[in-house]
Amino acid sequence: MSEPIVDILGLRKVYNGKNSVTAVDGIDLHVPSGLIYGLLGPNGAGKTTTISIATTRAIPTAGSVRIAGIDVVAHPALARRSIGVVPQFNTLDRSCTVAENIYFHCRYFGLAKTEATARTAQLLDQFRLSDRAAAYPQALSGGLAQRLQIARAIAHRPRVLFLDEPSAGLDPQSRIAMWEAVQGLRGEGITVVLTTHYMEEADELCDRLAIIDHGKILIEDTPAALKASIGGDKIYDLRMCGVRDSGILERNLQTIEGVTRVEVIDGGLRVLARAKDGLLANVVTMANEFGLRDLTTTEPSLETVFIRLTGRDLRE
Amino acid sequence: MSTDVGKRSDVRWAIYSLAFFGLMQRDLRVLTREVVPFVIRVAMNPLLFLFVFTYVMPHMTGGSKGSPVANMAAAGGGGFGTILLPGLMAVAIMFSGIAAVALPLAQEFGVTREIDDRVMCPLPIGAVAIEKIFFSAIQSIIAAAVVFPLAYYIPSTPVLAHVSSWWFLITVLLLASLLAGALGLTIGTLVQPKQIGLIFGVVIVPITFLGCVYYPWAALKSIKWLQIGVLINPIVYISEGMRAALTPATGHMPESMILAMLLFFLALLTWIGLRGFARRVLS
Ligand SMILES: Nc1ncnc2c1ncn2[C@@H]1O[C@H](COP(=O)(O)OP(=O)(O)OP(=O)(O)O)[C@@H](O)[C@H]1O
Ligand SMILES: [Mg+2]
Repeated sequence: MSEPIVDILGLRKVYNGKNSVTAVDGIDLHVPSGLIYGLLGPNGAGKTTTISIATTRAIPTAGSVRIAGIDVVAHPALARRSIGVVPQFNTLDRSCTVAENIYFHCRYFGLAKTEATARTAQLLDQFRLSDRAAAYPQALSGGLAQRLQIARAIAHRPRVLFLDEPSAGLDPQSRIAMWEAVQGLRGEGITVVLTTHYMEEADELCDRLAIIDHGKILIEDTPAALKASIGGDKIYDLRMCGVRDSGILERNLQTIEGVTRVEVIDGGLRVLARAKDGLLANVVTMANEFGLRDLTTTEPSLETVFIRLTGRDLRE
Repeated sequence: MSTDVGKRSDVRWAIYSLAFFGLMQRDLRVLTREVVPFVIRVAMNPLLFLFVFTYVMPHMTGGSKGSPVANMAAAGGGGFGTILLPGLMAVAIMFSGIAAVALPLAQEFGVTREIDDRVMCPLPIGAVAIEKIFFSAIQSIIAAAVVFPLAYYIPSTPVLAHVSSWWFLITVLLLASLLAGALGLTIGTLVQPKQIGLIFGVVIVPITFLGCVYYPWAALKSIKWLQIGVLINPIVYISEGMRAALTPATGHMPESMILAMLLFFLALLTWIGLRGFARRVLS
């Protein structure tokens, strides 16, 4: 693999205040060029802080970030040429129209007048904003504002686009539109680094993921590999009436062919298994003798991975 | 692209100057869209001030000879209008700095975070703040130019203006305008956005009234403590600078002291403002 486009080494960030907070606690991250890369983690995990440092808006306490080979702490102004950012909140310039937001962004990055005008027209078209070109950002819906922010962020053709919580506050249609836009960017060769605490988004959209909690990376892999790490492609949660002889049942279940793992959960047992005809029937028959009350079937999700790693729900 | 771009300093400066120029263009576009509010904002205060004090009042008292300030001015051979001409220009310069930098910054650092995209342009953070000062200075100069004809033609007694050195006038005007921008930057970055409304009462009114706007500094000699005390007010040097450049007959501070103090306050406020700006946009 070529040199990573985003290269984060030993990153730490401590916010000093009344009680100092360690927001990022030793993160190493290497994002290969051309991927959609997700940072998944609960509130306060340190996602925004990591992005702020990578985009030159926060100074790290320790460690380094290189974007396209440029050290962002040593050369912030030059590093910004390779960086596009869409922050967590709407930062559109309200004194300028939709078109001017993109046009002046181009001018800041040195595009000549005619180039900037052409690029603006092309982006307005690509992001289906042409009919709103003369409107002011205050008049845009959340979804349109988000699209404009993305269009503006990539106007100077950065190598990497950072998206912080891109789907926060979007309705389902706008979210799908945003996903499509992001996938389109990957097609153009722009690496996308996004943060999210939506499991489905991380799963659907990202080529690779890092799960972050308390400022540390817990695990890093493709969504498929992360889910496979659960050890099965079906999860059966058995609710039992009382806890009669669950130790025996646990051992018996493990003997069924295809079952990879049995765990004790609240009020019953969890069976992890490979998808296999007749397996469910065997499980049910066996569990029935021990007082099976209810059974739910799920497939491993990133949620399961997160709970496995932290013992907590991602949304708490 | 990539690493070697940063190593060539001529390339780097080209990138920086294009970004700086882009920021100026954006500000210019926004300003031209608001020309009418801009002129009203600049002209209203001096217009009313001149109207009441140099037109209405003299008619009410049958001439301005009764008031002590008028006597003072009369000593230099003009009416109160002669005192007010440089003073009101100083206020216009100062206020443009506040309106062009401090008020927008309060909004941009506050709820809207609009400054973000400009901070992310390929320019050192400090230069983004310097651009604000520069652009504000241009507005201050325009403001001063708008006030001059008003202050010259409205008063009922003729205003005695005399430019003996154009160089001095231009230098003072440039320094004063930059100083006003630096003051705006300092206020805009140090004052919490929520409290920006308070600065009119707490900062602007005091520095105006104690800024030798409505009286020459030399006339304070009978109140020694005040004459010394106002020296910490940067507006004093703007007013006195305009006075020395335009209406020298009314008496003013030594010119070298004016220039030195304008430079001193420009450096001081730029330094404080840049630090405040960096603190606001970096964490
Ligand atoms: N400017 C700051 N000063 C002090 N503490 C901060 C600051 N910014 C963030 N923190 C703290 O650092 C920790 C990580 O915050 P961060 O915003 O990076 O989390 P996040 O993963 O983006 O969370 P969210 O999903 O809520 O956006 C939190 O405990 C937060 O309170
Ligand atoms: Mg965040």
